[in-house]
Amino acid sequence: MISKLLQHLSKHIDPFLMTCLFFTLALGLVVLYSASGQNLSRVYGQGINIVVALSFMWAAANIAPNQLERVALPLYTLGVLLLIGVALFGSVSHGARRWLSLGFTQIQPSEIMRIAMPMMLAWYFSKREGKPAVTDFAVGGLLLIVPVALIMKQPDLGTAILVSASGFYILFLAGLSWKFLLGGFVAFAASTPILWSMLHDYQRRRIEILLDPTQDPLGAGYHTIQAIIAVGSGGIAGKGWLKGTQAQLDFLPERSTDFIFAVFGEEFGLLGNLLLLLLFSLIIMRGLVIASQAQSTFSRLLAGSITLTFFTYAFVNMGMVSGILPVVGVPLPLISYGGTSMVMLCIGFGILMSIQTHKKLVAT
Amino acid sequence: MRAELKNFQHEQYYFKLRLGFTAFVVLALFSVLAARFFYLQIKQHDHYQTLAENNRISLVPIVPNRGLIIDKNGVVLAHNFFVYTLEITPSKIDDFEATISEIKKLVEISPLDRKRYNKLREESRNFESVPIRTHLNEVEAAKFAVNHYRFPGVEIKSRLFRHYPLGKLGAHVVGYIGRINDKDLIGLEKSGSLSNYKGSDHVGKSGIEQFYESYLHGTTGFQQVEIDADGRAVRVLSSTAPVPGNNIVLSIDSKMQEIAETAFGEHRGALVAIDPKTGSVLAYVSQPTFDPNLFVDGIDVENWKALNDSLDKPLINRPIRGIYPPGSTFKPFVAMAGLENGKRTPPFSISDAGFFTLANSAHRYRDWKPGGHGMVDMQRAITISCDTFFYGLALELGIDKLTDFVRHFGFGEKSGIDIQGEIGGLLPTPEWKMRRYKQPWYQGETVITGIGQGYTLVTPMQLAQATAILANDGVAMKPHLVTQIQKAMTGEMQVISAEVQDKIALNPENIAIVKRGMIDVTLPGGTAASVGANAAYAIAAKTGTAQVIGIKQNEKYNASSINERHRDHALFIAYAPADDPKIALAVIVENGGHGGSAGGPIARKVMDYYLLGKLPEVEAVKLETKAVAKPLGAIGTATTDGTAVLGATIGGATRGKNAAKPVIIPEEELHD
Repeated sequence: MISKLLQHLSKHIDPFLMTCLFFTLALGLVVLYSASGQNLSRVYGQGINIVVALSFMWAAANIAPNQLERVALPLYTLGVLLLIGVALFGSVSHGARRWLSLGFTQIQPSEIMRIAMPMMLAWYFSKREGKPAVTDFAVGGLLLIVPVALIMKQPDLGTAILVSASGFYILFLAGLSWKFLLGGFVAFAASTPILWSMLHDYQRRRIEILLDPTQDPLGAGYHTIQAIIAVGSGGIAGKGWLKGTQAQLDFLPERSTDFIFAVFGEEFGLLGNLLLLLLFSLIIMRGLVIASQAQSTFSRLLAGSITLTFFTYAFVNMGMVSGILPVVGVPLPLISYGGTSMVMLCIGFGILMSIQTHKKLVAT
Repeated sequence: MRAELKNFQHEQYYFKLRLGFTAFVVLALFSVLAARFFYLQIKQHDHYQTLAENNRISLVPIVPNRGLIIDKNGVVLAHNFFVYTLEITPSKIDDFEATISEIKKLVEISPLDRKRYNKLREESRNFESVPIRTHLNEVEAAKFAVNHYRFPGVEIKSRLFRHYPLGKLGAHVVGYIGRINDKDLIGLEKSGSLSNYKGSDHVGKSGIEQFYESYLHGTTGFQQVEIDADGRAVRVLSSTAPVPGNNIVLSIDSKMQEIAETAFGEHRGALVAIDPKTGSVLAYVSQPTFDPNLFVDGIDVENWKALNDSLDKPLINRPIRGIYPPGSTFKPFVAMAGLENGKRTPPFSISDAGFFTLANSAHRYRDWKPGGHGMVDMQRAITISCDTFFYGLALELGIDKLTDFVRHFGFGEKSGIDIQGEIGGLLPTPEWKMRRYKQPWYQGETVITGIGQGYTLVTPMQLAQATAILANDGVAMKPHLVTQIQKAMTGEMQVISAEVQDKIALNPENIAIVKRGMIDVTLPGGTAASVGANAAYAIAAKTGTAQVIGIKQNEKYNASSINERHRDHALFIAYAPADDPKIALAVIVENGGHGGSAGGPIARKVMDYYLLGKLPEVEAVKLETKAVAKPLGAIGTATTDGTAVLGATIGGATRGKNAAKPVIIPEEELHD
């Protein structure tokens, strides 16, 4: 009876992906305990976040891809409208206008775009017959740029990067020609000075500090320098769990959120880092396999984009902590403390599982 | 349908191609990360390991307890105690005035405290906390502690304070410590001991505190503590205990010191008493004195001005830095020179008519006694202090032989006592005069050198040491104030043994003549007969008087009509018991008049206590008739670093024709 119920519940859960997620989440809780200064309530809080996120994942996994296809356009439209609402009526906190008050609660519409953007573009390209034309990519590009520009304006560089990455992956997988990619790259390089002038001072400063963290060792460069010291001093096997001096003695800033990887690298060393890279690689490869086996254009584009966005999260975060990328507010997926990002990630994994497990139904 | 299917397969093929490409990119970028981790965690690991250690580990110095200074009987002259201080770190304070007015509501801060704070701030090292109030009581400390959170940059500290329980007594011997200034830092760096002063705020500035600094300070301990990002100590990793400084035992008896200082009454002057057989300094007086406790936590401006600007120059260490013409106390040594050089032999005597003249000159070098002493031989010349006898002797010896000989008794040289800043006095020679004044040496100057006038300048320390050497039959013992150095941890005593500095080859018969003359000084008929009255032991002594201003030819010196500060300095040297000397001393009473009457009683009190354990009778401080007129100005000069040229105004002025020309000898001329 119980086993039948379990079997029914797990019907749409991908066992391989689930196993990888399980180990990664468990590792995350272990690191969080250390990073939070052995604060058990923080760990419980994250546990609740995980339970909630996994519920969302389960729900998403049980929704068939063709049903998702139907909500793509309304969700995207709602997201854009809310972003405009934020720009007009949003509340300011820490110098950024990100939140929109709905009276009873506050929401961050840019989070909705993380899912709505790839869904919308996947839906758009699945509606094009045959090989997409140049105009299709032009429209796709426009659909991408408008919300990203709104998010950039807030400003929220981390989310803007992730949302634009998720949209870009759809364009790329849909077959955007190499000429365009190359041309786009050249155009981007050429427009760098213009983009530079559009960036906020603190964003420019972050990039400057990235190039030379010693410029401001006690100010903006402090995060990067301390994080690199933490990671570097970890050595091969690390200083041991709860024994990272940089982490335990408060030298690392934001160490249970964006900089949790520094704690991880300090306490578990190179071996720990490689294990984490392996887990992430397995998750990504599984996602790419799901995408390659997907049966509709919408599913495979969406699956590819979700998987590659997850990769982007991981790469940008680890890159910034180890000092090869600028400090942008991107958490380490599945590890950093925080509910919203966890829920959004798991909805993505739920969609992947849905695409994988609803396959046969579509085929018959 | 087929075309559609083909199209679909084609699309899927391209999709998979692109997917494969992204998989490759994913792995490539992860490899970049892995390479970065390898670089940071393997290649650069040592570097970042060091940085992490530096981040978390801080060395906190533990200041050692400073050694005690105790007298020969164990009386503590300098010790330490803990007090609460309220300290401000200037760099952490935005609005000083606002902070002070807030603190004032809790803890009293006087204008004096603020002045001292301002002075200390100028002197202190950067980012150091500076005391705004010291000696907080328990209630004040508790009051502030409760409100501490309101005052970032202000904190209560517990500091080890130096205290001199006897205050003014023996202040010039013990000296004092003061806050380390830039000059001290340079000195510490040169001596290679700077690292031992991490955490130390004070260093010995004068006296024993300065000379024995390296013994007293101790070795600083260190605590390796783990600190968090805010610099708070989280836990102690390792600790090296400090080694407390050594205790210093002096040869001074504080009771005798007190008797000697009290004996001076209101007079300025100096006294040095030495054990001639060991060189131990038994008493070391510089009057007036000062309270060294004022200097410990930074002297305030008012007190500093009062001490520094005082005409009495209390800060000058007279025994080693005060220079005076020796006057007649020079005669026993001139006598030794005459006897040893064979210029005078026992039967030789002169008929003193009360003056001496040079050939081809009408100028009379007068004896202190108008009309003269009649027939005078060497022994009697000392006893009655016959000037005429020594005028002739000096002339016959010549200035070179005279100075060459007395130099053996330590004149013109530093005595080598264990206090810094000693100056060497002056023994004039023709070469010196030519160098200094571009003038030839005159015979008349040789004549007056014979009675300790002229250019000759001595410190009380030199005079006492010369007396001790004479008492010890020509064997010079190195003078020293410290007899033992005790390790605070083990109690192990290091004894400073008596050290022979020099042995002057002297004919015992000649010594006997001079000593006999000096013994008779304190017997009826001698110049200090009153000093020897009712003494239970024989005292050998010599009186002396040194002029402060020149007296014109044919003018009579009248003490009561002269401004007090222009009166003669009184000098007195003695040793006792005469047959087995245990104590030798020199006393100088500035503007005291005659040596026997002003310096003698002081010497007697000290010797009575030392030899018999007799305490002086309590007597009202007897002041000599004070001059009505106010002092015209300071005699001698004092430079900012405390150098004194006291009573040196005599210079070329003598009881001769070139009188009344005060000359101040620059310090570099004084064999400093």
